[in-house]
Amino acid sequence: MAYSDKVIDHYSNPKNVGTLDKASKSVGTGLVGAPECGDVMRLQIEVDDQTGVIRDAKFKTFGCGSAIASSSLATEWLKGKTVDQALTIDNMTIVEELNLPPVKIHCSVLAEDAIKAAINDYRAKNGFEAIKFEESIVH
Amino acid sequence: MLKLPVYLDNNATTPCDPRVVEAMVPYFYENFGNAASRNHPFGWAAEEAVDYAREQVAQLIGADPKEIIFTSGATEGDNLAIKGVFEMYASKGNHIITATTEHKAVLDTCKHIEKLGGEVTYLQVKADGLIDLAELEAAIKPTTILVSIMYGNNEIGVVQPVREISAIAKKHGVLFFTDGVQAVCKIPVDVQKDGIDIMAFTAHKMYGPKGIGALYVRRKNPRVKVTAQMDGGGHERGMRSGTLNVPGIVGFGKAAELARLEMEQDSKRLSGLRDKLESELLKIEESYVNGNREHRLPHVTNISFKHVEGEGLMMGFNKSIALSSGSACTSASLEPSYVLKALGLGDDLAHSSLRFGLGRFTTEEQIDYTIEQVRNTVLKLREMSPLWEMYKEGIDLNSIEWAAH
Repeated sequence: MAYSDKVIDHYSNPKNVGTLDKASKSVGTGLVGAPECGDVMRLQIEVDDQTGVIRDAKFKTFGCGSAIASSSLATEWLKGKTVDQALTIDNMTIVEELNLPPVKIHCSVLAEDAIKAAINDYRAKNGFEAIKFEESIVH
Repeated sequence: MLKLPVYLDNNATTPCDPRVVEAMVPYFYENFGNAASRNHPFGWAAEEAVDYAREQVAQLIGADPKEIIFTSGATEGDNLAIKGVFEMYASKGNHIITATTEHKAVLDTCKHIEKLGGEVTYLQVKADGLIDLAELEAAIKPTTILVSIMYGNNEIGVVQPVREISAIAKKHGVLFFTDGVQAVCKIPVDVQKDGIDIMAFTAHKMYGPKGIGALYVRRKNPRVKVTAQMDGGGHERGMRSGTLNVPGIVGFGKAAELARLEMEQDSKRLSGLRDKLESELLKIEESYVNGNREHRLPHVTNISFKHVEGEGLMMGFNKSIALSSGSACTSASLEPSYVLKALGLGDDLAHSSLRFGLGRFTTEEQIDYTIEQVRNTVLKLREMSPLWEMYKEGIDLNSIEWAAH
C-alpha cells in the first residue's frame, strides 16, 4: 500500500513529538489504544487558564505511519485553538487531510479519541465535569 | 556498489536466476509443443524437456522421476495432497493431524476437510516454534490417515524434526505429508532419508519461475496414491490433469539443478550474512529473535523490536529495503501474525516483528546498509513511542488498563 505524501511528510518530520508535565494542572493527557491492537497514542495539551487557549500540544505514538501522521497533524491543529474549538475536530477531517485509505480510518478515530481524552483529563484536573462522548463508530 | 532497493523478502518469492530464464526461452518459441502430442517432433521435443526436468527436480530431493507430479505451485500441492489423501483413504479413516503454525494453504484446506466431515487435530507448538513429538504421537488414533507438518516455517524459519515425525507416522501406519516450500533448495531434503511420503514444493522460492511446483508422491514402501482434484486428460499419472507448463517445468528443472550444485555454498554464505545481520540488530536494546535459532533455515531471521510497531518501522525504509512484518496493521482484522501468536508471543511483540529473508543475490553491502537503516529507524521511533517512555520510566505496561479497541 502506498502512503500519501502528507502521511510520509508527517512520518519523516513529525511535529510536536514530546512530553508535557502530566502532573501540571494546566496539562491534559489522553492515552488511547492498546499495545495488542498495534497502536497506542498519547496526546497532551497545555491550556492557558485565563483564555482557555491551547498553548502547546505534544504527542508520542506507537503505531503505523498513518497513526503517527494522524497524531502529528492533531497536535498541529490543536495549538492556538480554544478547548471548545478543539472539541470540533472530527476524525473525518483528518482522513481527508491525510488521504487515509479505509483500512487506516481507525488511526484518525484514535486521534480524535486522544483529543477528547486529553480535554477530559484537563477538565477533571480543573474541577469540571467530564464531557460524555458518543461511542466512536470504528472500534 | 550498493544496489538499491535491497530485497530481503525471499520467503515471499525469489527472483529468477538468469540461467533459469535462459533455459526456458526456447520453450516459448521453437519448442512450443504440447508434451502430450505423441505424434510429431514438436511434441517430442517438449516431452523430452519435461522428462529431463523431472529428473532434475527428482534428483534434488532424492526421489525417482516417476514420483514427481507437476502442479501450478505449492498451494495446489498442499490441496492435492490433503484432499487427495482424504478421498483416497476414506475407507481407512478421516482424521488428519497438523499444527497451528502451518501455512494457510494447509490450514484452510484442513478447515475444508472438516466441513466435509473429516476430523482435524491442530497441534500447538512450543515457545520455540517446534512441535512436541510426544503430543504428536498421542494424537494418533485408529482413524488417523495423515500427518501434515511443514518442513521449514515461512515466517520464522524454524525447521521441524522431520525424521522423527516420519518415524512416528510410519510406526503407526499413517502417511506423512510435508510442505517443503521453504526448505527445499535451502537445506538438504531427501525424501528417502527423511521418510517423507508426500511433499509439496515450488519453483519460485528457489530462483525459478512462478506458476510451477511439484508434489512428490511416494511409489514404494508404501505406494501412495492421491485422488485427483483436477479431472481431465489424465496427465501426471492421472493425479493432475492439464496441459503441462513446459517452459515453467524446464525452468523449475534448471533451478533444481542449480540448487543441488550450489546449495551448500549458498547456504553457508547466507547463514554467515544472516548471523551478522542478526547479531548486529540484537545489539539494539529490547530486541528478540522469534523461534528456535538452532533448528532453523540458514537464510531467515525474525526479530521483534519491543515498543515499536512493525509497519511503522518498515515505513522508515520501505523505499529502499523490501521485507515483511508480523504486524497486520494493513489487514482489516488488525490481527498480528498467527504464527508468532502460536509461539505464545504477546500481541505487542508480534506487532513489533520484522522478517528478514536473504537470498542468492543478497550482498554483504546490502546487509550492512540494512543494519544501519533498521537500527536508526528503531531508535527514532522509540523516541516517538509512549510505550518506550513508560518502559524507561519503569512502568509495568501490563498494569495499565488499556482502552478496549
